Amino acid sequence: MNNIGVIDKQLLNAISGLTKIPQGAFNIRKDGQAILRRSSPNIYVGPNAENNGLLVDIKPGTRNETVHVPVIVTQSGFHDKVYNTFIVGAGADITIIAGCGIHNESHSDSGHDGIHEIIVKKGARLKYIEKHYGEGKGLGKRILNPTTKIVLEAGATAEMEMVQIKGVDDTLRKTVADIGDKANLKIVERLMTHGDQKAVSDIKLNIEGKGASGQVLSRSVARDNSMQVFKAALVGKNECVGHVECDAILMDKARIQSIPELNAENTEAILTHEAAIGKIAGEQLVKLMSLGLTEKEAIDVILEGFLK
Amino acid sequence: MLRLENLSMTVDNTNGSCRDIIHNINLEFEPGRIYAVTGPNGGGKTTLAKVIMGIYKQSRGRVYLRGEDISELSITERAKRGIAYAFQQPPRFKGLNVTDLIKIARPGIDELGLRMQLRDVGLCPEDYQDRDLGSKLSGGEIKRIEIAQILARNGAVSIFDEPEAGVDLWTVQRLISLILQKYRNNPKSTAIIITHHEQVLPICDEIIVLEEGEIKLRGSAQEIWPLIRDDIQCKMKDQCRGEICYE
Repeated sequence: MNNIGVIDKQLLNAISGLTKIPQGAFNIRKDGQAILRRSSPNIYVGPNAENNGLLVDIKPGTRNETVHVPVIVTQSGFHDKVYNTFIVGAGADITIIAGCGIHNESHSDSGHDGIHEIIVKKGARLKYIEKHYGEGKGLGKRILNPTTKIVLEAGATAEMEMVQIKGVDDTLRKTVADIGDKANLKIVERLMTHGDQKAVSDIKLNIEGKGASGQVLSRSVARDNSMQVFKAALVGKNECVGHVECDAILMDKARIQSIPELNAENTEAILTHEAAIGKIAGEQLVKLMSLGLTEKEAIDVILEGFLK
Repeated sequence: MLRLENLSMTVDNTNGSCRDIIHNINLEFEPGRIYAVTGPNGGGKTTLAKVIMGIYKQSRGRVYLRGEDISELSITERAKRGIAYAFQQPPRFKGLNVTDLIKIARPGIDELGLRMQLRDVGLCPEDYQDRDLGSKLSGGEIKRIEIAQILARNGAVSIFDEPEAGVDLWTVQRLISLILQKYRNNPKSTAIIITHHEQVLPICDEIIVLEEGEIKLRGSAQEIWPLIRDDIQCKMKDQCRGEICYE
């Protein structure tokens, strides 16, 4: 990783845990350009036909491989936009680690719009991890607007873990899923906002197939003056199961809006939602303080555990 | 070890008057001895424990630990000086597991020590070490984990608030022997057990009966237990609807 600087390494480590060139297929994108890329015998990683993003094509039956596609933005005022397509071949079982880190020390806004289309073919299994992180002392905002469209064919399974660690000033996260027969999708979202940050998450699961299931689990913490909006819509079009859960801790002067929506279009669709927003329970703080922690240490332990 | 001097805690009633939840309590707890605090519900037992821990602030009186006045110290500072309190209804924590909490209770505890603490309270370490302290654990399990933390702390003064509540009879026996082994004749620590349990009360060195915020009776278990036994056993019968008679 000779052409990668200290800040780049820091960002890559924060979003993907990478400290050296990963094994297997990967693509590292910096300020709108691929700076390192490699395909593996089973996974093609290269430019898409429109040349405005990446195509990651995973051969059917590929198992136990991981693809890293991290994006970093370090150029002040730069706004990156990319269209990536991932095709997970039938019967494959793989992990995709995406994510974006922005370092912005200037007064101009920096941002990244990642538009991902993921097709999980028949019977395939996918674990998708996407972490977002911002840093830098400049007044310029760090903006991340990811859009993810995922299609699960019959019998496919996907678990998507979407995490916003810290430092992202503005985010609009859109996720749309179409879930086929006996396919299963689980989306886990973990989000922390602080300062004057704003985060909107808009998720829609179209549960179309017979015996399909979809669930959205959101855990979030809003501190200081930050604002979060969580919208999750389930559309049950067949004999299917869907569940939305939003669990949030609210602190200081922050605000959280949770808007679940259940659309049942079939009498056999079972759709449920639960939501709980509240401050840290006083008894939890007292309990940890009675074990010798200060109030601040107790808050940190509770929040860290909650978002773990 | 721990001395309470003229300790009172007053709350305001809705009609503007005041009421003492505990009133003018004078007690001294010696190391190496096990004390039971008992009495009717609403008598002030948990309030007394919480005032000692610093969770509630006393209205009058002082609390001394090893001669030091700790009346104005915070919960954290009291904990650091060796006061430990096992809650009657411990809170749950989403995302924290059993190991996390025991490690907070006893920083630096090794793997073997941690497993022993769990085994001591009748929990298999294999099954419980990584269990989340969220809503999936039963009341009895949460209670045993709470007791494990307090035993792990090795406090100078360990207060157990109804440790037997929600715990099966087998575990109560085990708890009694654990507490006896750990605290009786230990020159460095004292145990205070808030309890109504007929198996716990007679084995304590001293019984303190708290009623309407005041000490009604106090003395050795041999003296006090015969005086309160009928009351306690009768209450237990109420709770179990008489089924205890057939055991």
